[in-house]
Amino acid sequence: MRAHLPSYEMKTPASLREALKILTTEPGVWRPFAGGTDIMVMFEAGKLAHRKFLNILSFKELKGIEESIEHITLGALTTYSQLQAHAVIRAEFPLLCLAGSETGAVAIQNRGTLGGNIVNASPAADSPPALQVYDTELELVSERGARWISYPAFHTGYKKMDLRPDELLQRIRIARNTKGAHQYYRKVGTRRAQAISKVCFAGLAHLAGGELQQIRIALGSVGPTVVRLSRTEAVLKNGKITKALIEKAKLELAGEIVPLDDIRSTAVFRVRVAQNLLEEFLCGIGSQN
Amino acid sequence: MIKVNCKVNGQERALHAHSMARLLDVLREEAQLTGTKEGCGEGECGACSVFLNGEIVMSCLVPVAQAEGAQIETIEGIASGETLHAVQQAFLSNGGAQCGICTPGMVMAAVALLKKTPNPTEAQVRTGLSGNLCRCTGYMKIFDSVLQAVKAAGV
Repeated sequence: MRAHLPSYEMKTPASLREALKILTTEPGVWRPFAGGTDIMVMFEAGKLAHRKFLNILSFKELKGIEESIEHITLGALTTYSQLQAHAVIRAEFPLLCLAGSETGAVAIQNRGTLGGNIVNASPAADSPPALQVYDTELELVSERGARWISYPAFHTGYKKMDLRPDELLQRIRIARNTKGAHQYYRKVGTRRAQAISKVCFAGLAHLAGGELQQIRIALGSVGPTVVRLSRTEAVLKNGKITKALIEKAKLELAGEIVPLDDIRSTAVFRVRVAQNLLEEFLCGIGSQN
Repeated sequence: MIKVNCKVNGQERALHAHSMARLLDVLREEAQLTGTKEGCGEGECGACSVFLNGEIVMSCLVPVAQAEGAQIETIEGIASGETLHAVQQAFLSNGGAQCGICTPGMVMAAVALLKKTPNPTEAQVRTGLSGNLCRCTGYMKIFDSVLQAVKAAGV
């Protein structure tokens, strides 16, 4: 059923400052609206419960990609297309480019933003698994000032996050420490484009002396939030990639995730696919050495 | 209701609409540019594709308030007067259009691709059109049309 247009409203504040003031004086009333690639789908389906939206898409403080020696800092309004076009991101954070290229198709990638993908808080979002294997921090701003938080702590439950009603996500900062890392990303969905994932897998590992010195694995669509697999990582850490270790890690993974049966897939299929992706990731590291 | 000042196919327009009205509906009903089609209305099919500030977007997912000050180009602005764009001509010559609902979006997606990648491989054509669904052609004649347009433009 279509939305009843007159019961909705979009307001465009003249500046970020004005937007933060509105969020402070009327907490919870106005919901920030960026590229709209998710909100408009709900709207059109007549399922959008929230009625009042703040158009934040023009704020320059939430745009642009800055590089320093230690970090790359992305405005929350960075689109998936801009991610893929950026030389440093392509070279050092290829998983983000892959996530961008597998979200929707070109027309969606031109509108959808990295910040929106984070704050929308879907456990099936494509970029959060990539952000979880990098050292990512978020800058949240309000009239009270700015605070930086570590990204893995941001999502606290299904569609729940450490974001106060007066706060906006302004920037995403990622440490440039991926040199020499083996990186892997794969989204499994019904089709290549325009699909929401059944399972989404991001992995990053450093190998030294034939051993996995550092390993990070994050999965989407297998729980109420995107999850880091700390138990599976612990099984692999300091290990040599052998058939026995891969089997042990696959078993640990099966016990660590608790996916659901839903319209896109089944729990059994998701566990099996996640195990296969883990094997593909680990075998890929092995074959590169 | 709000007034949205923007440029549509090169012409200054003041569009009157509800702030959350979809750009798709405002273009079709207020600007009377009915070449842009509605397929799914949920960003899956690409029939409503237009250029917003030079980039292809799905107009069903854009609230018109976000088009303030924008440059918009629709399928009606792709031909130069009576002369069809190479992509349009190739769709005609190669049977790339059947029922016609997906065609404006397919042409927009192809034009967007060729702006960034003037000499695409077939794989790049498939990726460029991956956000556009067609239920008639089976896609092959559409891919052929785009590749044909590249050849024609290269002459």
